[in-house]
Amino acid sequence: MIRPGRMIKQVLQSLFKKPATSLYPFVKTAMPDKFRGRLKYYPERCIGCMLCMKDCPSDAIVIKKIGDKKYQAEINLARCIYCAQCVDSCPKDALEATKEFELAKFSRENLKVVCNEETCRSSETKT
Amino acid sequence: MDRYDFKIPIGPQHPALKEPESFLLTMHGEKISSMTVRLGYNHRGIEKACELQTYIQDMYLIERVCGICSHSHATCFIQAVEEIAGLQVPKRALYIRTLVAELERVHSHLLWLGVAGHEIGFDTLLMYSWRDREVVMDILAMLTGNRVNYSVNTIGGVRRDITAEHIPQILKAIDTLEERTKYYIQIATEETTIIKRLSGVGMLSYDDGVHLGAVGPTARASGIDRDVRRDDPYASYEDVKFAVITDKHCDVYGRAVVRVLELMESYKIIRQILANLPDGPIAVKAPRKIPAGEALSRYEAPRGEDVHYVKANGTDKPERVKVRAPTLANVQVVAHMLKDRYLADMPIVIAAIDPCFSCTDRLISVTDAGKGTKNTMTWPQLHSYSIEWHRKSGIDFSELNKKFKVPGN
Amino acid sequence: MINVFFNILIFPGLIFLSIFGLGAEYFDRKLCAKLQNRVGPPWFQPLADFIKLLAKENVIPNQADPTVFTLMPVLAFTATLTAFFYIPLWQTKALSSFNGDLIVVLYLLTIPTLTFFLGGWYARSVFSMIGAARSIIQLFAYEIPLFLAILAPAMMAGTLSLSEMTVFYGSHPWLVLLNLVDFVIALVALLGKLEKTPFDIPEAETEIVAGCLTEYSGRLLAFFRIAIDMEMVVGSSLLAAVFLPFGFNFGFAIGFILYLVKVLFVVALLSLARTIVARLRIDQMINFCWKIVAPAAFLMLVVDLVVKGLISR
Ligand code: SF4
Ligand code: SF4
Repeated sequence: MIRPGRMIKQVLQSLFKKPATSLYPFVKTAMPDKFRGRLKYYPERCIGCMLCMKDCPSDAIVIKKIGDKKYQAEINLARCIYCAQCVDSCPKDALEATKEFELAKFSRENLKVVCNEETCRSSETKT
Repeated sequence: MDRYDFKIPIGPQHPALKEPESFLLTMHGEKISSMTVRLGYNHRGIEKACELQTYIQDMYLIERVCGICSHSHATCFIQAVEEIAGLQVPKRALYIRTLVAELERVHSHLLWLGVAGHEIGFDTLLMYSWRDREVVMDILAMLTGNRVNYSVNTIGGVRRDITAEHIPQILKAIDTLEERTKYYIQIATEETTIIKRLSGVGMLSYDDGVHLGAVGPTARASGIDRDVRRDDPYASYEDVKFAVITDKHCDVYGRAVVRVLELMESYKIIRQILANLPDGPIAVKAPRKIPAGEALSRYEAPRGEDVHYVKANGTDKPERVKVRAPTLANVQVVAHMLKDRYLADMPIVIAAIDPCFSCTDRLISVTDAGKGTKNTMTWPQLHSYSIEWHRKSGIDFSELNKKFKVPGN
Repeated sequence: MINVFFNILIFPGLIFLSIFGLGAEYFDRKLCAKLQNRVGPPWFQPLADFIKLLAKENVIPNQADPTVFTLMPVLAFTATLTAFFYIPLWQTKALSSFNGDLIVVLYLLTIPTLTFFLGGWYARSVFSMIGAARSIIQLFAYEIPLFLAILAPAMMAGTLSLSEMTVFYGSHPWLVLLNLVDFVIALVALLGKLEKTPFDIPEAETEIVAGCLTEYSGRLLAFFRIAIDMEMVVGSSLLAAVFLPFGFNFGFAIGFILYLVKVLFVVALLSLARTIVARLRIDQMINFCWKIVAPAAFLMLVVDLVVKGLISR
């Protein structure tokens, strides 16, 4: 039947329903397992092949040799588009996409993270 | 234009438009006597940027042509690349691509429903349909790792596989959505105010639709029976059964009906795909360097036919990429549909083609600021202009220019 | 004397009406959100918006007429406030009353729309001018049904004073049932007056930005906003006094609570109406008002006349 106010039933029902809005940031949302968030770098696995650098679409990751078979990754979180192509390209699984997505910082400088043997371990314990 | 006529600028900043685009309406009272569309506020030079990056990197760039139909553009591009490279994509990968494509269509059409509701001042419809859209967004995030830019494709297949646990979850979500969609079909066909605002608005006859080159639901609502999924099957559309929805209303109401009924077809396709998902690998190894050649790929995006052209030159970077987004084909019909209509119909008529201006803005017309004259630049002109521009800033391309013979130079 | 000032400025005048206006806005927004399955704003949101707007820069467009532009919000504000004094709230006696105050209230309630028109028109921007034209066209469509719908009960009571009307209906409670259709008509007209969906045509966001108020900002916008909130309360109080005239002789405390409940009930009906329909087009709105609402109001007037004739015989 065509009439105005066809939605009135559902509208009145919603009055007694819980709101669909999630109260982020008070209530945190869980990300799915495959979520492509902030990258995690395992310096001990890296062999310095630089494939990640080559494939990165936005030049967000730079691998540097800092010693004998020791490498560090400089990831610019502001440039990174979280495509996880570097994760796919890496032959040694030295990179991993985590579920972390709350990456806002007050300054652009803070978004440049350097990962090597020392700093990564400390950041691991933090997050 | 008599002296009672006046002009209203709709855009580049206007609440009815979610993206910057300019429509200049000439009004006669509440009636629109003519309209000019000006594109180009969102020009990002993506096609040119594609030529500077490798194919793998381009995939992510092309995906960002449009937020809503990211999978459409990425798949369309990759299909062209795969055709040039002669890759045999595994069946399972094609099925997953189709699945994501249909889920994307579901989310895009639900989004449209909400936007249409908002444009006619029916905010409850917006809130409800966007709430329900979250279900499919969550499924997409679960399958691909992100809500919007899925990045599920890779050259030669897909990057993420579906596991057995995913299937019941998707089916459950599809059941909920189907029930909700039935409700929206009921609302759309029975609520007086919606019918009053939609029917008879933005008429586009069959002949005009063909003539102006309308695509997608806009065309199908005028009875133009065209759908790339059926006419030129890509991915795994050959293996699934679905109906191409057309409608004879020729107005905004028809476009709404086509979209909600297409949702029902999408659910059918998704169920078939999940039931018949073949086993096997999800990707073949792709070469970094794509052999020389060119390909044109078509894809039925939620908004209509999307066309990508890729020319490869044997390196790992494409020589030329051209994108024809569906909105570009449809934006021409808006001016036609709005003629002699009320101003109040403007938002919904523009929204009815489901415009995506960031997809569309591939063209710019160069206006000489001093003289105000417009001229369209051809490719060789633009090329020599850029060489000139670089030479002025101290970079000389003339040597390179001799090496790669440029047409027209 | 002090009493009069207290009544005008604090209770039930300016301060009370402003607070109640903000409260009613919160109630409306929250209920609307609930109906749309959302969370909605916190309780202080309308007040916070108001304070924020007061602190913002006041921009007057170059082409605008500064006098009219700044005068209009104040005029809207005062007109609504004045109308409030003639409406019986929790007792049969309003703050001030005379025979014919019903007409005065209805006219005072028209003034805000006229100020929108003038403010929008003198802002001289295309969007606000279209909004101004639309609001005046719309005024002609809903004003007649509203007058007729409120005149019918008044005729029944045989008086044009709101206070006397409540007295009359106090002694003939069952006659209120006869006015139910008029109540619906008045609600529809009030939706038009308050420019709420489906009649938010003059401020249709997706077409003409904010209509008449497009160019307003800062303090002036804050005044307009609170005037609209107050208009909502005054309009609802008017409807409550005319169509829900019961519970006037239970003393102050109960009467006052009943009054709040009645007004919020009318506001709730308005919010419900705006969640379940789409915005009409201006031509459809005029058609609807002239072809359905106004004839219905006329019919009720005739019905009331007949009933009145039967009773007095
Ligand atoms: S996630 Fe993508 S953008 Fe970020 S560093 Fe890896 S390849 Fe680069
Ligand atoms: S691709 Fe992997 S192994 Fe190679 S440099 Fe990058 S992180 Fe290291």
